[in-house]
Amino acid sequence: MGCAESLRVQAYFDGEIDAVSAADIERHTEHCAECRALLQDLEQTRTAIRRDLAHDRAPPELRARIMRALDQETAVKTPRPNGWGRSTWRTRAFWAGALGGIGSAAVAATLAVFLLSPSLTNPLLDDLVAAHVRSLMPSHLIDVVSTDQHTVKPWFAGHTDVSPVVADFAQQGYRLIGGRADYLDHQRSAVVVYQHGPHVINVFSWAASQRALPKNTTRNGYHMAFWKAGDLEYCAVSDTGWDELLGLVRLLRDLSARDARE
Amino acid sequence: MDEKRRRFEAEVLPHLNAAYRFARWLAHSPGDADDLVQEAILRAFRGFDALRGSDVKAWLLAIVRNCHSTALKQQQRRAFVPLPEEHDAQDGYAMIATTPDPESASIRRDDERTLERLMSALPEEHREVLVLREIEDMDYREIATVTNIPIGTVMSRLARARAALKARWLKEAEGERRGVR
Repeated sequence: MGCAESLRVQAYFDGEIDAVSAADIERHTEHCAECRALLQDLEQTRTAIRRDLAHDRAPPELRARIMRALDQETAVKTPRPNGWGRSTWRTRAFWAGALGGIGSAAVAATLAVFLLSPSLTNPLLDDLVAAHVRSLMPSHLIDVVSTDQHTVKPWFAGHTDVSPVVADFAQQGYRLIGGRADYLDHQRSAVVVYQHGPHVINVFSWAASQRALPKNTTRNGYHMAFWKAGDLEYCAVSDTGWDELLGLVRLLRDLSARDARE
Repeated sequence: MDEKRRRFEAEVLPHLNAAYRFARWLAHSPGDADDLVQEAILRAFRGFDALRGSDVKAWLLAIVRNCHSTALKQQQRRAFVPLPEEHDAQDGYAMIATTPDPESASIRRDDERTLERLMSALPEEHREVLVLREIEDMDYREIATVTNIPIGTVMSRLARARAALKARWLKEAEGERRGVR
Protein backbone atom coordinates (compact mmCIF):
# COMPACT_ATOMS: atom_id res chain seq x y z
CA MET A 1 0.00 0.00 0.00
CA GLY A 2 2.81 2.38 -0.81
CA CYS A 3 1.20 4.27 -3.68
CA ALA A 4 -0.39 7.55 -2.68
CA GLU A 5 -3.36 6.76 -4.88
CA SER A 6 -4.27 3.49 -3.16
CA LEU A 7 -7.18 4.97 -1.22
CA ARG A 8 -8.57 6.56 -4.35
CA VAL A 9 -8.13 3.32 -6.24
CA GLN A 10 -10.12 1.58 -3.54
CA ALA A 11 -12.82 4.27 -3.72
CA TYR A 12 -12.89 3.75 -7.48
CA PHE A 13 -13.31 0.01 -7.01
CA ASP A 14 -16.14 0.62 -4.56
CA GLY A 15 -17.92 2.92 -6.99
CA GLU A 16 -17.54 5.91 -4.71
CA ILE A 17 -16.12 8.40 -7.20
CA ASP A 18 -17.50 10.28 -10.15
CA ALA A 19 -16.78 9.65 -13.81
CA VAL A 20 -14.05 12.28 -14.13
CA SER A 21 -12.03 10.94 -11.21
CA ALA A 22 -12.69 7.42 -12.42
CA ALA A 23 -11.09 8.25 -15.76
CA ASP A 24 -8.22 9.75 -13.79
CA ILE A 25 -7.73 6.55 -11.81
CA GLU A 26 -7.97 4.40 -14.93
CA ARG A 27 -5.15 6.43 -16.49
CA HIS A 28 -3.17 6.07 -13.30
CA THR A 29 -3.52 2.30 -13.10
CA GLU A 30 -2.31 1.98 -16.68
CA HIS A 31 1.17 2.89 -15.56
CA CYS A 32 1.11 1.97 -11.87
CA ALA A 33 1.67 -1.76 -11.44
CA GLU A 34 1.07 -1.56 -7.72
CA CYS A 35 -2.42 -0.12 -8.13
CA ARG A 36 -3.21 -2.63 -10.86
CA ALA A 37 -2.31 -5.41 -8.45
CA LEU A 38 -4.39 -3.73 -5.76
CA LEU A 39 -7.44 -3.66 -8.04
CA GLN A 40 -6.96 -7.33 -8.79
CA ASP A 41 -6.70 -8.17 -5.10
CA LEU A 42 -9.84 -6.21 -4.30
CA GLU A 43 -11.71 -8.02 -7.03
CA GLN A 44 -10.52 -11.46 -5.90
CA THR A 45 -11.36 -10.84 -2.28
CA ARG A 46 -14.82 -9.61 -3.16
CA THR A 47 -15.53 -12.54 -5.44
CA ALA A 48 -14.42 -15.06 -2.83
CA ILE A 49 -16.38 -13.45 -0.01
CA ARG A 50 -19.55 -13.08 -2.05
CA ARG A 51 -19.30 -16.60 -3.42
CA ASP A 52 -18.61 -18.27 -0.09
CA LEU A 53 -20.02 -16.19 2.71
CA ALA A 54 -22.94 -14.08 1.55
CA HIS A 55 -25.76 -16.60 1.50
CA ASP A 56 -26.70 -17.02 5.14
CA ARG A 57 -30.39 -16.51 5.85
CA ALA A 58 -32.27 -16.25 9.11
CA PRO A 59 -33.52 -19.76 9.96
CA PRO A 60 -37.32 -20.22 9.96
CA GLU A 61 -37.28 -21.06 13.70
CA LEU A 62 -35.66 -17.75 14.49
CA ARG A 63 -38.15 -15.93 12.30
CA ALA A 64 -41.02 -17.63 14.12
CA ARG A 65 -39.50 -16.84 17.50
CA ILE A 66 -39.17 -13.19 16.55
CA MET A 67 -42.78 -13.01 15.37
CA ARG A 68 -43.93 -14.43 18.70
CA ALA A 69 -41.79 -11.90 20.56
CA LEU A 70 -43.34 -9.12 18.51
CA ASP A 71 -46.82 -10.45 19.31
CA GLN A 72 -46.01 -10.23 23.00
CA GLU A 73 -44.51 -6.81 22.56
CA THR A 74 -47.71 -5.51 20.98
CA ALA A 75 -49.91 -7.24 23.54
CA VAL A 76 -48.02 -6.27 26.70
CA LYS A 77 -47.08 -2.65 27.00
CA THR A 78 -45.45 -2.80 30.42
CA PRO A 79 -41.72 -3.41 30.66
CA ARG A 80 -40.72 -6.95 31.46
CA PRO A 81 -37.52 -8.93 31.49
CA ASN A 82 -37.00 -10.55 28.14
CA GLY A 83 -34.53 -13.24 28.93
CA TRP A 84 -31.53 -11.89 27.12
CA GLY A 85 -28.81 -10.07 28.99
CA ARG A 86 -30.19 -7.74 31.60
CA SER A 87 -32.36 -5.54 29.56
CA THR A 88 -34.01 -3.54 32.28
CA TRP A 89 -35.95 -0.32 32.26
CA ARG A 90 -32.66 1.46 32.05
CA THR A 91 -31.60 0.11 28.70
CA ARG A 92 -35.19 0.45 27.61
CA ALA A 93 -35.17 4.15 28.41
CA PHE A 94 -31.85 4.36 26.66
CA TRP A 95 -33.31 2.96 23.50
CA ALA A 96 -36.46 5.00 23.58
CA GLY A 97 -36.10 7.69 20.99
CA ALA A 98 -33.37 5.59 19.45
CA LEU A 99 -30.88 7.35 17.28
CA GLY A 100 -29.49 10.04 19.55
CA GLY A 101 -28.63 7.50 22.20
CA ILE A 102 -27.30 5.02 19.71
CA GLY A 103 -24.84 7.61 18.54
CA SER A 104 -23.38 8.38 21.92
CA ALA A 105 -23.08 4.73 22.88
CA ALA A 106 -21.27 3.95 19.69
CA VAL A 107 -19.01 6.98 20.09
CA ALA A 108 -18.19 5.80 23.58
CA ALA A 109 -17.49 2.31 22.28
CA THR A 110 -15.30 3.60 19.47
CA LEU A 111 -13.48 5.86 21.87
CA ALA A 112 -12.93 2.97 24.25
CA VAL A 113 -11.45 0.91 21.46
CA PHE A 114 -9.11 3.73 20.51
CA LEU A 115 -8.07 4.40 24.08
CA LEU A 116 -7.60 0.76 25.02
CA SER A 117 -6.27 -0.67 21.84
CA PRO A 118 -2.50 -0.94 21.79
CA SER A 119 -2.83 0.21 18.24
CA LEU A 120 0.31 0.64 16.23
CA THR A 121 -1.25 3.33 14.16
CA ASN A 122 -2.47 6.65 15.42
CA PRO A 123 -6.10 6.89 14.31
CA LEU A 124 -5.81 10.67 14.15
CA LEU A 125 -3.18 10.36 11.43
CA ASP A 126 -5.36 7.96 9.48
CA ASP A 127 -8.35 10.24 9.84
CA LEU A 128 -6.36 13.22 8.62
CA VAL A 129 -4.96 11.44 5.58
CA ALA A 130 -8.37 10.00 4.73
CA ALA A 131 -10.00 13.43 5.11
CA HIS A 132 -7.33 14.97 2.89
CA VAL A 133 -7.72 12.31 0.21
CA ARG A 134 -11.47 12.60 0.34
CA SER A 135 -11.25 16.36 -0.01
CA LEU A 136 -9.49 15.88 -3.33
CA MET A 137 -12.53 14.17 -4.75
CA PRO A 138 -14.78 16.55 -6.63
CA SER A 139 -17.35 18.47 -4.62
CA HIS A 140 -15.70 17.60 -1.31
CA LEU A 141 -12.94 20.15 -1.28
CA ILE A 142 -14.67 23.32 -0.29
CA ASP A 143 -17.89 24.27 1.47
CA VAL A 144 -17.34 28.00 1.29
CA VAL A 145 -15.48 29.23 -1.76
CA SER A 146 -13.67 32.45 -1.13
CA THR A 147 -10.29 34.07 -1.39
CA ASP A 148 -11.31 36.53 1.28
CA GLN A 149 -10.48 35.74 4.89
CA HIS A 150 -13.36 37.97 5.99
CA THR A 151 -15.77 35.58 4.31
CA VAL A 152 -14.15 32.34 5.37
CA LYS A 153 -13.58 33.14 9.03
CA PRO A 154 -17.17 34.07 9.94
CA TRP A 155 -18.41 31.04 8.00
CA PHE A 156 -16.49 28.77 10.38
CA ALA A 157 -18.21 30.36 13.38
CA GLY A 158 -21.53 28.96 12.22
CA HIS A 159 -20.30 25.59 11.00
CA THR A 160 -17.51 24.37 13.27
CA ASP A 161 -16.45 24.35 16.90
CA VAL A 162 -13.27 26.32 16.34
CA SER A 163 -12.07 29.58 14.86
CA PRO A 164 -8.65 29.16 13.25
CA VAL A 165 -6.41 31.79 11.73
CA VAL A 166 -7.28 32.49 8.11
CA ALA A 167 -5.43 34.67 5.63
CA ASP A 168 -4.68 34.81 1.97
CA PHE A 169 -0.94 34.45 1.31
CA ALA A 170 -1.18 34.75 -2.47
CA GLN A 171 1.90 36.97 -2.55
CA GLN A 172 3.95 34.26 -0.88
CA GLY A 173 2.49 31.63 -3.21
CA TYR A 174 -0.24 30.22 -0.97
CA ARG A 175 -3.60 31.21 -2.33
CA LEU A 176 -6.59 30.96 0.00
CA ILE A 177 -9.30 29.13 -1.91
CA GLY A 178 -11.89 28.38 0.74
CA GLY A 179 -12.93 26.53 3.84
CA ARG A 180 -14.68 23.37 4.85
CA ALA A 181 -16.04 21.64 7.95
CA ASP A 182 -14.84 18.08 8.55
CA TYR A 183 -15.77 15.68 11.29
CA LEU A 184 -12.53 14.82 13.02
CA ASP A 185 -11.57 13.61 16.45
CA HIS A 186 -15.23 13.65 17.57
CA GLN A 187 -15.79 17.29 16.82
CA ARG A 188 -16.40 19.42 13.78
CA SER A 189 -13.03 20.73 12.78
CA ALA A 190 -12.35 23.71 10.57
CA VAL A 191 -10.36 23.13 7.40
CA VAL A 192 -8.79 26.04 5.55
CA VAL A 193 -7.88 25.18 1.99
CA TYR A 194 -4.90 26.71 0.21
CA GLN A 195 -3.53 26.22 -3.22
CA HIS A 196 0.18 26.18 -3.83
CA GLY A 197 1.05 25.72 -7.49
CA PRO A 198 -0.87 22.62 -8.56
CA HIS A 199 -1.07 21.33 -4.98
CA VAL A 200 -3.88 21.56 -2.50
CA ILE A 201 -2.96 22.10 1.14
CA ASN A 202 -5.59 21.33 3.74
CA VAL A 203 -5.02 23.03 7.09
CA PHE A 204 -7.07 21.21 9.74
CA SER A 205 -7.67 22.70 13.16
CA TRP A 206 -9.39 21.46 16.29
CA ALA A 207 -9.55 22.28 20.00
CA ALA A 208 -6.34 21.23 21.72
CA SER A 209 -6.54 18.16 23.96
CA GLN A 210 -4.39 16.64 26.69
CA ARG A 211 -2.96 14.16 24.26
CA ALA A 212 0.51 14.72 22.86
CA LEU A 213 0.48 16.15 19.36
CA PRO A 214 1.87 13.73 16.75
CA LYS A 215 5.26 14.50 15.24
CA ASN A 216 5.51 15.66 11.65
CA THR A 217 5.25 12.63 9.44
CA THR A 218 4.55 11.33 5.95
CA ARG A 219 1.70 8.93 5.19
CA ASN A 220 0.73 7.49 1.83
CA GLY A 221 2.89 10.15 0.23
CA TYR A 222 1.24 13.04 2.05
CA HIS A 223 3.29 15.20 4.38
CA MET A 224 1.65 16.17 7.65
CA ALA A 225 2.91 19.04 9.78
CA PHE A 226 1.50 19.56 13.27
CA TRP A 227 1.64 22.55 15.54
CA LYS A 228 -0.20 24.20 18.36
CA ALA A 229 -1.21 27.84 18.60
CA GLY A 230 -3.25 29.20 21.48
CA ASP A 231 -5.94 26.68 22.34
CA LEU A 232 -6.01 25.11 18.90
CA GLU A 233 -4.06 22.30 17.31
CA TYR A 234 -3.32 22.45 13.60
CA CYS A 235 -2.27 19.99 10.96
CA ALA A 236 -1.32 20.92 7.41
CA VAL A 237 -1.56 18.05 4.92
CA SER A 238 -0.37 18.04 1.36
CA ASP A 239 1.64 16.30 -1.30
CA THR A 240 3.83 19.38 -1.81
CA GLY A 241 7.44 19.18 -0.69
CA TRP A 242 8.28 19.64 2.98
CA ASP A 243 9.83 23.07 2.41
CA GLU A 244 6.71 24.37 0.71
CA LEU A 245 4.45 22.92 3.39
CA LEU A 246 6.54 24.27 6.25
CA GLY A 247 6.62 27.65 4.51
CA LEU A 248 2.86 27.91 4.95
CA VAL A 249 3.09 26.62 8.50
CA ARG A 250 5.57 29.39 9.32
CA LEU A 251 3.26 32.07 7.87
CA LEU A 252 0.30 30.74 9.86
CA ARG A 253 2.28 30.53 13.09
CA ASP A 254 3.49 34.10 12.66
CA LEU A 255 -0.08 35.17 12.08
CA SER A 256 -1.29 33.40 15.25
CA ALA A 257 1.52 35.03 17.23
CA ARG A 258 0.55 38.47 15.86
CA ASP A 259 -3.13 37.84 16.66
CA ALA A 260 -2.22 36.86 20.21
CA ARG A 261 -0.25 40.06 20.75
CA GLU A 262 -3.02 42.31 19.52
CA MET B 1 -52.76 -6.39 13.50
CA ASP B 2 -52.19 -2.77 14.34
CA GLU B 3 -50.84 -0.24 11.87
CA LYS B 4 -47.40 0.09 13.46
CA ARG B 5 -46.83 -3.66 13.36
CA ARG B 6 -47.95 -3.85 9.75
CA ARG B 7 -45.61 -1.03 8.69
CA PHE B 8 -42.78 -2.55 10.71
CA GLU B 9 -43.17 -5.89 9.00
CA ALA B 10 -43.30 -4.27 5.60
CA GLU B 11 -40.34 -1.92 6.08
CA VAL B 12 -38.01 -3.56 8.59
CA LEU B 13 -38.45 -7.32 8.37
CA PRO B 14 -37.23 -7.51 4.75
CA HIS B 15 -33.83 -6.76 6.31
CA LEU B 16 -34.02 -9.64 8.78
CA ASN B 17 -31.58 -11.75 6.76
CA ALA B 18 -29.06 -8.92 6.67
CA ALA B 19 -29.45 -8.42 10.41
CA TYR B 20 -28.93 -12.13 10.94
CA ARG B 21 -25.81 -12.30 8.77
CA PHE B 22 -24.32 -9.26 10.49
CA ALA B 23 -25.11 -10.74 13.91
CA ARG B 24 -23.43 -13.99 12.94
CA TRP B 25 -20.21 -12.09 12.29
CA LEU B 26 -20.43 -10.14 15.52
CA ALA B 27 -21.54 -12.78 18.00
CA HIS B 28 -19.42 -15.61 19.31
CA SER B 29 -21.85 -18.45 18.70
CA PRO B 30 -24.96 -19.13 16.58
CA GLY B 31 -27.07 -19.10 19.75
CA ASP B 32 -25.75 -15.67 20.70
CA ALA B 33 -26.45 -14.46 17.18
CA ASP B 34 -30.10 -15.57 17.39
CA ASP B 35 -30.55 -13.77 20.70
CA LEU B 36 -28.82 -10.72 19.33
CA VAL B 37 -31.11 -10.53 16.31
CA GLN B 38 -34.22 -10.98 18.40
CA GLU B 39 -33.17 -8.29 20.84
CA ALA B 40 -32.32 -5.93 17.98
CA ILE B 41 -35.65 -6.48 16.25
CA LEU B 42 -37.55 -5.79 19.45
CA ARG B 43 -35.58 -2.63 20.07
CA ALA B 44 -36.09 -1.59 16.49
CA PHE B 45 -39.81 -2.09 16.94
CA ARG B 46 -39.84 0.05 20.10
CA GLY B 47 -37.86 2.78 18.39
CA PHE B 48 -39.69 2.49 15.08
CA ASP B 49 -41.79 5.61 15.66
CA ALA B 50 -38.62 7.66 15.95
CA LEU B 51 -37.21 6.38 12.66
CA ARG B 52 -36.77 9.18 10.17
CA GLY B 53 -35.47 8.84 6.69
CA SER B 54 -35.41 5.92 4.38
CA ASP B 55 -32.25 4.02 5.16
CA VAL B 56 -33.96 1.30 7.15
CA LYS B 57 -31.28 -1.32 6.61
CA ALA B 58 -28.46 0.85 7.98
CA TRP B 59 -30.68 1.85 10.89
CA LEU B 60 -31.44 -1.78 11.74
CA LEU B 61 -27.83 -2.92 11.45
CA ALA B 62 -26.75 -0.02 13.69
CA ILE B 63 -29.17 -1.35 16.30
CA VAL B 64 -27.77 -4.88 15.92
CA ARG B 65 -24.29 -3.49 16.43
CA ASN B 66 -25.30 -1.52 19.49
CA CYS B 67 -27.11 -4.46 21.06
CA HIS B 68 -23.94 -6.41 20.53
CA SER B 69 -21.72 -3.89 22.29
CA THR B 70 -24.22 -3.50 25.12
CA ALA B 71 -24.25 -7.27 25.61
CA LEU B 72 -20.48 -7.36 25.49
CA LYS B 73 -20.23 -4.71 28.17
CA GLN B 74 -22.68 -6.57 30.38
CA GLN B 75 -20.74 -9.80 29.99
CA GLN B 76 -17.56 -8.01 30.92
CA ARG B 77 -19.15 -6.36 33.92
CA ARG B 78 -20.37 -9.74 35.10
CA ALA B 79 -17.14 -11.50 34.31
CA PHE B 80 -14.90 -8.77 35.59
CA VAL B 81 -15.91 -8.57 39.23
CA PRO B 82 -15.21 -12.10 40.48
CA LEU B 83 -12.04 -12.62 38.48
CA PRO B 84 -8.69 -12.78 40.26
CA GLU B 85 -6.30 -10.03 39.31
CA GLU B 86 -4.01 -12.03 37.08
CA HIS B 87 -6.79 -12.44 34.55
CA ASP B 88 -7.48 -8.75 34.19
CA ALA B 89 -5.08 -8.13 31.37
CA GLN B 90 -6.58 -10.90 29.26
CA ASP B 91 -10.01 -9.64 30.00
CA GLY B 92 -9.20 -6.23 28.63
CA TYR B 93 -8.35 -7.80 25.33
CA ALA B 94 -11.66 -9.58 25.06
CA MET B 95 -13.22 -6.16 24.85
CA ILE B 96 -11.15 -5.08 21.89
CA ALA B 97 -10.98 -7.97 19.52
CA THR B 98 -13.12 -11.02 19.25
CA THR B 99 -10.74 -13.88 19.47
CA PRO B 100 -11.86 -16.92 17.53
CA ASP B 101 -12.44 -19.91 19.74
CA PRO B 102 -9.69 -22.50 19.39
CA GLU B 103 -12.01 -25.13 18.00
CA SER B 104 -13.18 -23.07 15.07
CA ALA B 105 -9.53 -22.44 14.33
CA SER B 106 -8.92 -26.15 13.99
CA ILE B 107 -7.81 -27.38 10.65
CA ARG B 108 -10.45 -27.10 7.98
CA ARG B 109 -9.08 -27.31 4.55
CA ASP B 110 -11.58 -26.11 2.06
CA ASP B 111 -11.55 -22.51 0.90
CA GLU B 112 -14.90 -21.55 2.27
CA ARG B 113 -14.00 -22.60 5.80
CA THR B 114 -10.61 -21.00 5.48
CA LEU B 115 -12.04 -17.69 4.37
CA GLU B 116 -14.64 -17.78 7.09
CA ARG B 117 -12.02 -18.54 9.69
CA LEU B 118 -9.69 -15.80 8.45
CA MET B 119 -12.52 -13.27 8.53
CA SER B 120 -13.52 -14.33 12.03
CA ALA B 121 -9.97 -13.85 13.22
CA LEU B 122 -9.84 -10.22 12.08
CA PRO B 123 -10.26 -7.56 14.76
CA GLU B 124 -13.91 -6.67 15.07
CA GLU B 125 -13.51 -3.13 13.72
CA HIS B 126 -11.98 -4.55 10.55
CA ARG B 127 -14.41 -7.41 10.21
CA GLU B 128 -17.51 -5.28 10.46
CA VAL B 129 -16.61 -2.80 7.71
CA LEU B 130 -15.60 -5.67 5.45
CA VAL B 131 -18.86 -7.53 6.07
CA LEU B 132 -20.94 -4.41 5.50
CA ARG B 133 -19.12 -3.56 2.28
CA GLU B 134 -18.68 -6.97 0.67
CA ILE B 135 -21.53 -9.03 2.02
CA GLU B 136 -24.21 -6.39 2.57
CA ASP B 137 -23.05 -4.29 -0.38
CA MET B 138 -23.38 -1.02 1.53
CA ASP B 139 -21.78 2.20 0.34
CA TYR B 140 -19.40 4.24 2.50
CA ARG B 141 -22.14 6.51 3.78
CA GLU B 142 -24.29 3.61 4.92
CA ILE B 143 -21.33 1.92 6.58
CA ALA B 144 -20.57 5.19 8.37
CA THR B 145 -24.16 5.23 9.63
CA VAL B 146 -24.01 1.68 10.95
CA THR B 147 -20.61 1.97 12.61
CA ASN B 148 -20.94 5.62 13.62
CA ILE B 149 -17.57 6.65 12.30
CA PRO B 150 -16.72 9.38 9.75
CA ILE B 151 -16.71 8.39 6.08
CA GLY B 152 -12.99 9.08 5.81
CA THR B 153 -12.40 6.56 8.57
CA VAL B 154 -14.64 4.03 6.85
CA MET B 155 -12.40 4.37 3.82
CA SER B 156 -9.10 3.96 5.66
CA ARG B 157 -10.41 1.20 7.90
CA LEU B 158 -11.72 -0.71 4.91
CA ALA B 159 -8.31 -0.45 3.27
CA ARG B 160 -6.62 -1.81 6.39
CA ALA B 161 -9.19 -4.58 6.75
CA ARG B 162 -8.69 -5.70 3.18
CA ALA B 163 -4.93 -5.59 3.53
CA ALA B 164 -5.11 -7.57 6.77
CA LEU B 165 -7.33 -10.23 5.22
CA LYS B 166 -5.04 -10.55 2.24
CA ALA B 167 -1.97 -10.85 4.46
CA ARG B 168 -3.62 -13.63 6.44
CA TRP B 169 -4.69 -15.35 3.26
CA LEU B 170 -1.17 -15.29 1.88
CA LYS B 171 0.24 -16.58 5.12
CA GLU B 172 -2.26 -19.40 5.02
CA ALA B 173 -1.38 -20.31 1.44
CA GLU B 174 2.30 -20.21 2.33
CA GLY B 175 1.76 -22.55 5.28
CA GLU B 176 -0.11 -25.02 3.11
CA ARG B 177 2.54 -25.02 0.45
CA ARG B 178 5.20 -25.84 2.95
CA GLY B 179 3.03 -28.44 4.59
CA VAL B 180 3.59 -26.72 7.92
CA ARG B 181 0.81 -26.56 10.59
